[in-house]
Amino acid sequence: MSGAALRLSGVACARGGRLLFRGVDLALAPGGSALLKGPNGIGKSSLMRICAGLLRAAAGTVERQGRIALADERLALDGEQSLRQALAFWARLDGADAAKLDEAIETVALGALGEVPVRMLSTGQRKRAALARVIAGSAPIWLLDEPGNGLDDASLALLGVAVERHLARGGIVLAASHQPLPLSSPVTLALADYVPKDMLPCE
Amino acid sequence: MLLLGARDLRQAWQSAGLWLPVAFLLLVASLYPFAVGPDAALLRRSGGGMLWIAALLASLLPVDRLVAPDRDAGVLDQIALRGIGEEMVVLARLVAHWLGFGPALMIATLPAAALLKLDGDRVMMLELGLLIGTPALAALGLLVATLTAGLRSSGALAGLLALPLAVPLLIFGAGTLGDGSGAALKFLGAASLLLVAITPFAGGAAIRASRE
Repeated sequence: MSGAALRLSGVACARGGRLLFRGVDLALAPGGSALLKGPNGIGKSSLMRICAGLLRAAAGTVERQGRIALADERLALDGEQSLRQALAFWARLDGADAAKLDEAIETVALGALGEVPVRMLSTGQRKRAALARVIAGSAPIWLLDEPGNGLDDASLALLGVAVERHLARGGIVLAASHQPLPLSSPVTLALADYVPKDMLPCE
Repeated sequence: MLLLGARDLRQAWQSAGLWLPVAFLLLVASLYPFAVGPDAALLRRSGGGMLWIAALLASLLPVDRLVAPDRDAGVLDQIALRGIGEEMVVLARLVAHWLGFGPALMIATLPAAALLKLDGDRVMMLELGLLIGTPALAALGLLVATLTAGLRSSGALAGLLALPLAVPLLIFGAGTLGDGSGAALKFLGAASLLLVAITPFAGGAAIRASRE
């Protein structure tokens, strides 16, 4: 995973003709993590999608070195399939073998639910399933959008362990959340600081 | 590519929607004689064209399930993250979609043709025309599905969008059953090739555009 990097310089985002934020700079090297903060609707998910290359930045540049794994609010798993089958599809696309997938499923403590159809999973279990896909894919850059949503304390601890292990291997983590996450010493990026002054709501 | 195609094909099999076009075609074929009367000569003359209309409309039935669910579930985004082009995604889906409904429609045409008293030569011509035309119908359905994914009331819009592109297929397809069937077959083949060729590119661009 050496050589992975994620660099944003002067990134701006416009949605629906409205400038959400501008001038966002961020540089993450192997082992680096950043926590994206801000209230609802400020553009955290949009910035995540810009980092992933799914959305064009209105201005500025995004440099990526290494593959990207994204876990957002959309599960992208077939509801009718068993959890293991549904994850296996993505594992095969990612070139991960069965052992790696099993390990990822165990990491998020879903081993007992491998044969359960995805549509039966609870909110927190779905969130952990998305995390399992990210872990199994072994992409160096993790983009986690609200990874803590719906997770109980035990699952939050599992998330923390998985993230720490990824960072120790030289990975990069960018997480967006409006709640505290168990990340040790991340760079904090408060998106509210990048909102154009004239766009702030009138008091 | 193979993986994507296999997944699309499995989803087509699992969803009951695969039988929808077949049931629709048979339904039209069994209702048509009730509407125009049991005159065998009239049925024989107009039945082939009726089956082409039925095949065309049947191919539009599954349009709202082709792309929109995967787009909404984030599957298309996750595939894009893995560096697979949207064109490949659409191409894989096109092949899977045709395999899912093309042969089934051609088989369903046999009993439908019997219901409409079509003779052997016409049935052969109909099957040949469908063999050439169903890839185009699959491409057309997929194309409007990519264009309307994410829009509200996409079903009605899909029908409107498909109409002008479907008319040539219908003219040439039904034309193969009358005089000058050789020329009509060639035109049908040309229209089919054109639709199949542009769908991956137009569909891929539509998926990319819908992310903005």
